[in-house]
Amino acid sequence: MEKMQQIVGRARAAFRSGRSRPLEFRIQQLKALQRMVQEKEKEILAAIKADLNKCGYNAYSHEILGVLGELALTMEKLPSWAAPQPVKKNLLTMRDEAYINYEPLGVVLVIGAWNYPFVLVMQPLIGAIAAGNAVVVKPSEVSENTARLVAELLPQYLDKDLYAVVTGGVPETTELLTQRFDHILYTGNSAVGKIVMAAAAKHLTPVTLELGGKSPCYIDKDCDLAVACRRITWGKYMNCGQTCIAPDYILCDPSIQSKVVENIKATLKEFYGEDVKSSPDYERIVNQRHFKRILGLLEGQKIALGGETDEASRFIAPTILTDVSPESKVMEEEIFGPVLPIVTVKSVEEAIEFINLREKPLALYVFSNNKQLIRRMIAETSSGGMTANDVIMHSVLPELPFGGVGHSGMGAYHGRHSFQTFSHHRACLVKDLRWDVVNRVRYPPGSEEIMQLAKLFLLKHCNRSRVGQFISALLAAVKALVAKVSLGLCCPCGCVLPALSPEPLLTLHHPIPLSSAPSLEDSSLFLCLSRCCAPIERGDGQPALGPTARSLQSYR
Amino acid sequence: METGTVFPQLPESQAKRAPEGDGGKGSVDGDTMSRSPFAGLVSYLRASWLSGKTRPMEYRVAQLEALGRFLDDNKQQILDATASDLGKAPFETELSEILLCKNELHETLNNLSRWMKDEKVDRTLAMQLDSAFIRKDPYGVVLIIAPWNYPIQLFLVPLIGAIAAGNCVIVKPSEVSKKTERLVAEALPSYLDKDCFAVVTGGVQETTRLLENKFDYIFFTGSPSVGRIVMTAAAKHLTPVTLELGGKNPCYVSDTCDVTNVARRVAWGRFFNAGQTCIAPDYLLCTLEMQEKLLPALQKAINDFYGPNPRESPDFGRIVSDKQFQRVQRLLSSGRVAIGGQTDEAERYIAPTVLVDVQPSDPIMQEEVFGPILPIVIIANVDEAIDFINSRERPLAVYAFSSDDKVVNQVLERTSSGGFCGNDTLMHVTLPSLPFGGIGNSGLGTHHGKFSFDTFSHPRGCLKRGMGRESLNAPRYPPYSQRKFGLIQATSKVTRRSDCTLL
Repeated sequence: MEKMQQIVGRARAAFRSGRSRPLEFRIQQLKALQRMVQEKEKEILAAIKADLNKCGYNAYSHEILGVLGELALTMEKLPSWAAPQPVKKNLLTMRDEAYINYEPLGVVLVIGAWNYPFVLVMQPLIGAIAAGNAVVVKPSEVSENTARLVAELLPQYLDKDLYAVVTGGVPETTELLTQRFDHILYTGNSAVGKIVMAAAAKHLTPVTLELGGKSPCYIDKDCDLAVACRRITWGKYMNCGQTCIAPDYILCDPSIQSKVVENIKATLKEFYGEDVKSSPDYERIVNQRHFKRILGLLEGQKIALGGETDEASRFIAPTILTDVSPESKVMEEEIFGPVLPIVTVKSVEEAIEFINLREKPLALYVFSNNKQLIRRMIAETSSGGMTANDVIMHSVLPELPFGGVGHSGMGAYHGRHSFQTFSHHRACLVKDLRWDVVNRVRYPPGSEEIMQLAKLFLLKHCNRSRVGQFISALLAAVKALVAKVSLGLCCPCGCVLPALSPEPLLTLHHPIPLSSAPSLEDSSLFLCLSRCCAPIERGDGQPALGPTARSLQSYR
Repeated sequence: METGTVFPQLPESQAKRAPEGDGGKGSVDGDTMSRSPFAGLVSYLRASWLSGKTRPMEYRVAQLEALGRFLDDNKQQILDATASDLGKAPFETELSEILLCKNELHETLNNLSRWMKDEKVDRTLAMQLDSAFIRKDPYGVVLIIAPWNYPIQLFLVPLIGAIAAGNCVIVKPSEVSKKTERLVAEALPSYLDKDCFAVVTGGVQETTRLLENKFDYIFFTGSPSVGRIVMTAAAKHLTPVTLELGGKNPCYVSDTCDVTNVARRVAWGRFFNAGQTCIAPDYLLCTLEMQEKLLPALQKAINDFYGPNPRESPDFGRIVSDKQFQRVQRLLSSGRVAIGGQTDEAERYIAPTVLVDVQPSDPIMQEEVFGPILPIVIIANVDEAIDFINSRERPLAVYAFSSDDKVVNQVLERTSSGGFCGNDTLMHVTLPSLPFGGIGNSGLGTHHGKFSFDTFSHPRGCLKRGMGRESLNAPRYPPYSQRKFGLIQATSKVTRRSDCTLL
C-alpha cells in the first residue's frame, strides 16, 4: 500500500517540478529510450523468447520494429503535434487570441498485456512521455521475464522519478488502482477493463481501454482465395493466435468452405513445414491455464485440420473447425489461440447481421474483389478498426488510430493519436483588456437592439451570407477609419493600423501573400485591424499564432 | 455544478414515466437488465440504429433542422419556462439558451458534410497503392443527462453533436428546472423522429434505473459526485463517457490592469444567471491594494448593470430551488460582506454580493459557490496565486487579468484547467471552434462544434488493400530466414529516413 503511494507520490512530485514539460526534455527521454532498445536488443529478444517462445525474427518484427518506428515518428513530429493550434474566431473575439494548447495530464498509468509484452508497454509509454507526463508502467506478470527486464532497464535510461515501473500480479495492480492517476491506459480483457474503469471512476480518471473481442473475417465468393487464405493464415497463427486483432473466426458461403480449408492447409505447410511442432517460427501458448481453456473450446467440434496438442510444451497445432454452430462455446469467447472456426453464411446480408448481433469487435476483415461489397461492409457494421483484403495491417499504420469500440474498448492510440490521448486539449482565449465598448452588447441592462447586435457578433462566423460579410467588412472599415483618424499610423504596406498596437511598427507588415481567395478574413483591412491579436499568416486559411501562443511555443 | 442536486425530488409531470418497478433494489447487473423499466425503450432505439436509418447525412440534416424549428417555434415558451424556473432575464435566455444553440446548430449544419468525410491519412511506402482512412462511425444509442442551470443549452448542444454523428439519443433533462423539463418532454418529441430519439424524465430513481441499461455513449453534465456514479455505472457496460463537471474557477487579477474593465467583465461573468454557471469565476485572487481599487469598481459595475436595487432589475436572475437557496445563503457567513448581501427567501433572491476577508479555510472556499457571491482571497503576488490554484482540484476554467501579457502567460503556463480565458470571463465557451471540457475533478472529454461531433463518433481506422502484389508480402511470412530478417531491418531503416525526406 505504502509502496504504491510512494511510487505514485514521487512521480507526481517530479511532474509538479515541471521538468517533464519542455519539448527538449521529452525528446531527450525518447532518445534515451531509443538507445535502450538498440543497446539491449539481445536481452529483450531473449526475454520474449523465454516468455512466449518467440523466435528472434518474430520478436524483432512484432515488438522491436514497432517501438523503433513509433520512436522515430514521435521524435520527428512532436514539435508540430505539441504546437498550440489556433482556431477560428467570431466577430466578438476577432481581436483576441484563441487556440488549443496541448498540455500534459499529469501521472499516467500504463498497464501492459503479456501477448506482446514489450511493445504493448512501450508504445503507450512513448506517447505518454511525448505528451509530457510522468508515467507508472505495470507490465504483465504473466510474461515475467520481459516484465523483469523492463523494470531493470527503464531506470537505467530514463528519469527515475518521472517514469517508474511496478511489477506484480493482481494484488499489486489492485493496490495500484486505488491511487489517483490522471489517465489510465489498460490493455487486456473486457472483464478486467470493467474493473479498471470502475476504479478510475472513483477519481474521475479518464481511461483508454484496449480490449479484445471476436474479430470476424468475411470471405466473399468473389475473391482470390489463395491470396486471401495466405494472409489470413499469417495473421491468425502468428504468435500462436495470441493477438488481440487476429481474425477470430471466418464467415463464408458454404460452397467455398472446403476450399478455404485446403488453401489454409497448403499455406501452413509452406509457412511451417510438414511438422509444425518442430518449426522454429511457431510459438506456444503462454501458460497452462490458457492451454486448458483453448482445449475446452475444441470439445464437440468438427476438426477439419490440426487439433494435435502437447500439454508439456503447451503446443497446439494450427487448427480449423468447420460448420461451427453460432451457439457453440468457441463462438462465445475470444479464442486467443491457434483455432480458426468457420461459420457458414448464405449472403453478405447474413454476415452483416451475424456481426451486428454480437459485441462490437476490435477489428473487422473482409476479402472481396467487389469494392461495393467492401464499402457496404464498412458502412453497415461497427468495429474498432478494419482492414479489407488483408489482416492486422491497419494497426501497422501509425496514422490510423488504434482502439476498440463498445466491448472491444474505448479511446485510441498510436502515433499522433497517442499524443492526443495523453494530452489535455485546453481551450485558451486571451483577450485584450481594452475595447470594452465592444463588450457593451453583452452587459445588462439588456434591450432588443443590443440583442440584435449580440446576434450579429456571435453568429457572424457561421453566417456565410454575403450580407453578413458585408456588414462585418463595413464594421471593420469604420473601426479602421477611427483608428487612422485618432492616430494616423500606417503600416509600411499602406494599410491602416489599429491605434495602441502593442507590437512595434515594423512587425506590422503582413508576412503573407493575399493571393488566396479574397474572403473577409484575408482582406488586408481585416488583417491590420486584428494585427495586435492574431492575424492570418498561413496561406491555408488557418489563423496564425498571436504573441501569447508564440511565447508558449518558444517556452516549449 | 454543485453537489447533490442533480437528481433530487420527483417532478409532478413526466413524459415517459417509469412504471413502478421493484424500487431499484435489484442489482445493476447485466442479468437484471431485462427487468429495467427502460430496457424496452433502449432496445427499441438500438434496433432503429442498427437499421442504419440515422446514418445518411440527409437524415441527420433533417433532424438538425427540426431542432432549429423547435427553437424557433418555442422561443416564447422557452423564455417563459426559464423565467419561471430561474428568473432568467429574457436577454440572458436569448443569449445563452437560444443564440448559442443556434450558433452551434449552424456551425454543425455548415460543416457536417466536411466532418463526416473519411479522413485520409498518410501511408507507408509499402502501402502506397492502398487506401487508408479514418471513418467517423456513430456509436449507437447515446444517453444525455442534462443539468438545470442552462436547461435548454446543456441538453441541446450535446444533442446536436449526437445527432450530427448519426446516433440515436435518449435525453434526460433535469427535474429541478420543472417548467423547462415539461416543455422539453412535451414539445421536443414532436419535432424529432420518435424511432430514434426519446425524452425520459424523472429524478434519482429513474436515472438510476436508466443507467442500468447498456448505452454506447453517456454524456453527463452535473456534479463530480454524481459524475463518479455515472462513470461507475458506465464501467459495467464498458460505455465511454464525457463528464462535464464543475469546480471552483479561480480568477486572478494582477496589480497592473484597467480596474473598471476588470470589474465589469468579472461582475458580468459572476452574476450572469445569478451565478449559476459552471464556468463562472468562483473567487477572486488579488493583493490587498487591488482589492481596495476593485471594490468601488465592482460596486459601480453592479450598479450599472442592475441598478441601485438589483431585486427590481429584470436582468438579474433567481436561485433555482429552495434547497439551493439555503445552501447559497449559508455561504454568506464566510468573511465579511462588502457589497450586497441582501436575501429574500420567498423569491429565492440573493443580491449580487462581494465578500472580503475570506480565509481559504472558510466554507465558501470548500465548495463550488454556484450563486451570485464573489469571495475575494488576498494573496501577496502572482506566485502565491499560482500556488493557491495548484494546491486545489483542477478547475473547469482559470481566468487571469493583467495588462501585462507576461503575467497572463505565466498563469496560463503554470496552472492546469479545462479551459483558460485571459482578460475576460466566460467568453472562451462562446467559440464553437474551441473544445469545452474539464480535467481532473472538473470532468473528462470535450464538446462544442466539431468536438461534439468527434465525441459522439468512433474514429475507425480503415485500410483497404489490393489483392494483388502478393510478392510484396513475402518478407512477413514464415518460414523466416536470415535473409528476410535483413530485408525487414533494411526496409524499416529506409522507412524511418523516408519519414522526413518523402513526406
